[in-house]
Amino acid sequence: MSEGPEKVRLGIDRVACTGHGICAQTLPAAITLDEWGYPIIIADQVESGAAATAIKLCPARALYLR
Amino acid sequence: MTSEMIWYLSRATGVVSIVLLTLVVCLGVVTAGRRRPDGESATVVMGVHRWLSLGMLVFLGAHIFTAIAEGYVDISWWAVVLPFVSGYEPLLIGFGAIGVDLLVAVVVTSMLRHRMPERYWRGIHWASYGMWVVALVHGFTLGTSDQPVLRLITVACGVTGGLFASWRVAKTHADKERRTEISLQEWS
Repeated sequence: MSEGPEKVRLGIDRVACTGHGICAQTLPAAITLDEWGYPIIIADQVESGAAATAIKLCPARALYLR
Repeated sequence: MTSEMIWYLSRATGVVSIVLLTLVVCLGVVTAGRRRPDGESATVVMGVHRWLSLGMLVFLGAHIFTAIAEGYVDISWWAVVLPFVSGYEPLLIGFGAIGVDLLVAVVVTSMLRHRMPERYWRGIHWASYGMWVVALVHGFTLGTSDQPVLRLITVACGVTGGLFASWRVAKTHADKERRTEISLQEWS
């Protein structure tokens, strides 16, 4: 393993997503919201601990590891 | 600790449980209403909903344990999960037991949420409303009958939860509302 925390890639289930915006709040460096309030992934690599929190907090269960 | 103290502790933890449960239900209702993202609020609401629900279990556990351990009234350990078998107030303790059963189902499915189909989790999570109502009935009819202030707290919990639930019922067109808001917005 290289130095630093482990990185993961996230995906969004567009059908399941109901636009609560919690992922963008939890991972501000990796996800932003469009004007409708739905997520856009802006960074490919996310720190795994923060990603796990965001996945757990998503009320629609629409965030997943790729 | 005298037996009388334990009895008071049981009533106090029961009242705290119903207040926290109402709060958790309201936060869940707010999340289910799918508001448009507004700063940090959705994250705070979701986080508090998850963690406060587990925090509430501590008070509920203390409420159940003290009510039985105190021993002044006849409530068996089976009466915690089996409705209507309590020697003392079988019907009203039974409402509490139904609440406990529904609570166990809701908590266990929520912990296993990422390991089961979403529709099962959702279906069982709907039981939270029933659990909250039986808990209110249990609290209103039983523990607080000679204490107007405590009874008022239970009523206030019912009114608050009722208002949140009505908001949720009225908010059937979350996507339509969002479209209207977006079209009214200035182009950036």
